[in-house]
Amino acid sequence: MQTIQKRAGEDFDELALVQSAKKGDLEAFSELVNRYDRNIFRIAQHITHNEEDAQDVVQDAFLKAYQNLAQFQGNSKFYTWLVRIAVNEALMKLRKRRNEKTVSLDEDVETEEGSIPREVADWAPNPEQNYGQSELGDILRKTIQGLPPGFRTVFVLRDVEGLSTEETAEMLGLSVPAVKSRLLRARLQLRERLAKYFRSKKNGDGQREVH
Amino acid sequence: MKCTEFLKELTDYLDGTLTESTKAELDEHLHWCHECHVVMNTTKKTIEIYRDNQIYELPESLRSRLHQAIMSKCRAAKPSKGKA
Repeated sequence: MQTIQKRAGEDFDELALVQSAKKGDLEAFSELVNRYDRNIFRIAQHITHNEEDAQDVVQDAFLKAYQNLAQFQGNSKFYTWLVRIAVNEALMKLRKRRNEKTVSLDEDVETEEGSIPREVADWAPNPEQNYGQSELGDILRKTIQGLPPGFRTVFVLRDVEGLSTEETAEMLGLSVPAVKSRLLRARLQLRERLAKYFRSKKNGDGQREVH
Repeated sequence: MKCTEFLKELTDYLDGTLTESTKAELDEHLHWCHECHVVMNTTKKTIEIYRDNQIYELPESLRSRLHQAIMSKCRAAKPSKGKA
């Protein structure tokens, strides 16, 4: 049976684990790995869209964290610090895979798509129930993969992992308004793309003119 | 309020981080604008679907392999030299 995951960073004894790990206590570090490996894997998968790369990111991020624990000052949560390392590793993988230098969270991708909703037909009630679990998974993966890396990274940290806007900004080295703007466009673009699977059949074509 | 103005505030509306007065203006707009109501509801649903259906779960067998690999790399690495 799967264990219930605690929300990242909520445990009061985490600082004690980090302190022990700093002294070289591998058992303590192993416990930190246990707490966050699923989250780091999910985030890495969302950014790289490649399972092999995501596995490397998980290993490299934890190893780097261990080697650099001395630099962790405890001003932020250990999880925030760890995610920042993992996001950087994941972006490096993505750059390597795409063989380009331009994959960055800073680039403000100007795209008209999604900033103005065109699809306004209502969805069927509980539309996800019209699909089997694996088909739904395919739809959700395919849909989010089409977003620019900066958008999907913000979306996964804020809406999937449930982190705050401020934490997300800190992790990604972005301003709070930049996080908000990316989040809005990510949400609207995903909504627009999901509509073709989920919209209610009884409505018309759902196209509209914006007032 | 125009639809475009509503959309600008949509993220804060869904996150519940608006001031009372701005929220009231948005609620008023939602009251008569069916299209924005649909956009708001389906955006909310989009977030819920992604939150409730984790698409990248780590299988237990892979998880334990990764854990072993991480710990053996840490063992071989230079220990952290931080002050406790």
